[in-house]
Amino acid sequence: MARKITYQQAIGEALDQEMARDETVVLMGEDVVGGHGADGEMDAWGGVLGISKGLYGKYGDRIMDTPISESAFIGAAIGAATAGLRPVAELMFIDFMGVCFDQIFNQAAKFRYMFGGRAVTPVTIRTMIGAGFRAAAQHSQCLYPVFTHIPGLKCAIPSTPYDAKGLLIQAIRDNDPVIFCEHKLLYTLEGEVPEESYTLPFGEAEIVREGDDITVVALGRMVHMAVEAAETLAKDGCNCEIIDPRTTSPLDEETILESVENTGRLVVVDEASPRCNMATDISALVAQKAFNSLKAPIEMVTPPHTPVPFSDGLEDMYIPGPAGIATAVRKVLDYKG
Amino acid sequence: MELSKDELLKAYWIMKAIREFEERVHVEFATGDIPGFVHLYAGEEAIAAGVCTHLRGKDKIASTHRGHGHCIAKGCDIEGMMAEIYGKKNGLCAGKGGSMHIADLEKGMMGANGIVGGGPPLICGAGLAAKQLKNGGVAVAFVGDGGSNQGTTFESLNLASVWNLPCVFVVENNGYAEATASKYSVACDDVSDRASGFNMPGVTIDGHDFFAVEEAAREAVRRAREGGGPTLIECKVNRYYGHFEGDAQTYRGPNEVEKIRESRDCIDNFVKRVTAAGVIEPAELEKTDREVAALIDRSVEKAKEASKPDAADLLTDVYVSY
Repeated sequence: MARKITYQQAIGEALDQEMARDETVVLMGEDVVGGHGADGEMDAWGGVLGISKGLYGKYGDRIMDTPISESAFIGAAIGAATAGLRPVAELMFIDFMGVCFDQIFNQAAKFRYMFGGRAVTPVTIRTMIGAGFRAAAQHSQCLYPVFTHIPGLKCAIPSTPYDAKGLLIQAIRDNDPVIFCEHKLLYTLEGEVPEESYTLPFGEAEIVREGDDITVVALGRMVHMAVEAAETLAKDGCNCEIIDPRTTSPLDEETILESVENTGRLVVVDEASPRCNMATDISALVAQKAFNSLKAPIEMVTPPHTPVPFSDGLEDMYIPGPAGIATAVRKVLDYKG
Repeated sequence: MELSKDELLKAYWIMKAIREFEERVHVEFATGDIPGFVHLYAGEEAIAAGVCTHLRGKDKIASTHRGHGHCIAKGCDIEGMMAEIYGKKNGLCAGKGGSMHIADLEKGMMGANGIVGGGPPLICGAGLAAKQLKNGGVAVAFVGDGGSNQGTTFESLNLASVWNLPCVFVVENNGYAEATASKYSVACDDVSDRASGFNMPGVTIDGHDFFAVEEAAREAVRRAREGGGPTLIECKVNRYYGHFEGDAQTYRGPNEVEKIRESRDCIDNFVKRVTAAGVIEPAELEKTDREVAALIDRSVEKAKEASKPDAADLLTDVYVSY
């Protein structure tokens, strides 16, 4: 039965249900328990934002605090995945990939191909993405395009509590390495989520809002910005179709292309830095495969090509928002050729 | 000698197979038939053989770019390995990995590795899996003196100790990280000195001496299997060939390799020890020599004759499902 819970609770519930269902599922990361070796209480944190709080009491040594050694524990999760476990490793912020990227992109991603199809590496790496937390340049990025670029990795970016639970359960059961990106500004978002366990298949986009005038593709937190823009635009009689790909690898090309073939217009909204991001990737896809359907040039709404700034006014300007999306939509609609 | 005659004969077979394999790859590489980079293990055979003699089928090892010896010692199919090095479809990795990525997970061989220091984190994971699944398994990471300086290795030594994992870290200090001497690049006298900083036993032994290696490995593997945690074993050794095939090795001293081959060769030493002790007859060793020579000949012939992967193979094996 569905009830309203937060994105954060949905992720915690997915972890709980999968750990209950499958004894080979283990969780490791910095302070996923909290309190190990200290004099105070155990399970003090349950993850830096409390997502795994309570799991230690249920699952004991299957949930493991790690030293701050991302190469070692992300690599350990990967090695354990080839040796019979189904680990979930928490890379606290995606920005920290720099200190463990080799294990992800040279090891996990390539085992299956390099070893002639004889390796299975069912590891899930959960990680926080996104700006808006006043967390500055090293704790705020949306680096999912980097992972999307690597053959052998899958990459999921849930935008709702419902998607977060279903995609995480799919990620854990999936037999390929999955980078699971949680937007830190969405943790408190509430939504209807079934109590029972369910999976959402990768590579299937969600049509968040139907419309005939223009296609807006958005990911993660940007889906909500696009919805807000679409509600404003609807008052002017413009009907946006909003598509959330939900996974960037695999990418549901078909749903995007079908929509653009119907609307003839495309805006892509991406919180990742503008060069070689999902906006450029999806724009290139549409330009290549649906060129004849396009009635206007594609618009991309992204942050500027800068690090994420700290000061609130600057950060608010940095993050794409409904106003910028609406402006881009109007520009495409007003195109006269 | 604590090993049985059968175990000693098997260890000899492994050392000899590694030596013949590498000497033959050295020759064949020079003809231009073998593509890419190869890094030969000749000279270091006692380490792979000495460690793996104490491992069981389900135990795991992670190797390095100089991985052929570890593969053979852990039971990888030699014909499949040779075919892989030639980039053939019937290779152990279907021609998609090559020398630097030979693996056979079913044999517990988690892969040669093109990234220096790539293996130790994975071995922490294999050790963790053995511990969680309570299957009595042990996981061994081989790294070189170069790899001993990687942050991944330091992190893994710490993590293995913090989690009390059934792991063994074997540092094959062959004196050179590519063309830079370990005397220059390793800040301490012995890499094993670092073990105390991670609260684990550390020993330095002669990597040319099979018996020293197997004795140290026996103790380390026993400790790991019994829940006593990780060990660091540094084996001081020499490689007979360059960092990679084609390396002119101008950084090495005059006749450096020849002197070692004459005085400290691990296979010669092994033969002297076992025959002097009367454990194995020279005729038995010669029989192994003939078998190994035939096997290597056959593996090269078959590899040369085998087909390359098909065009369709380019796109397969990226994902389990996509």
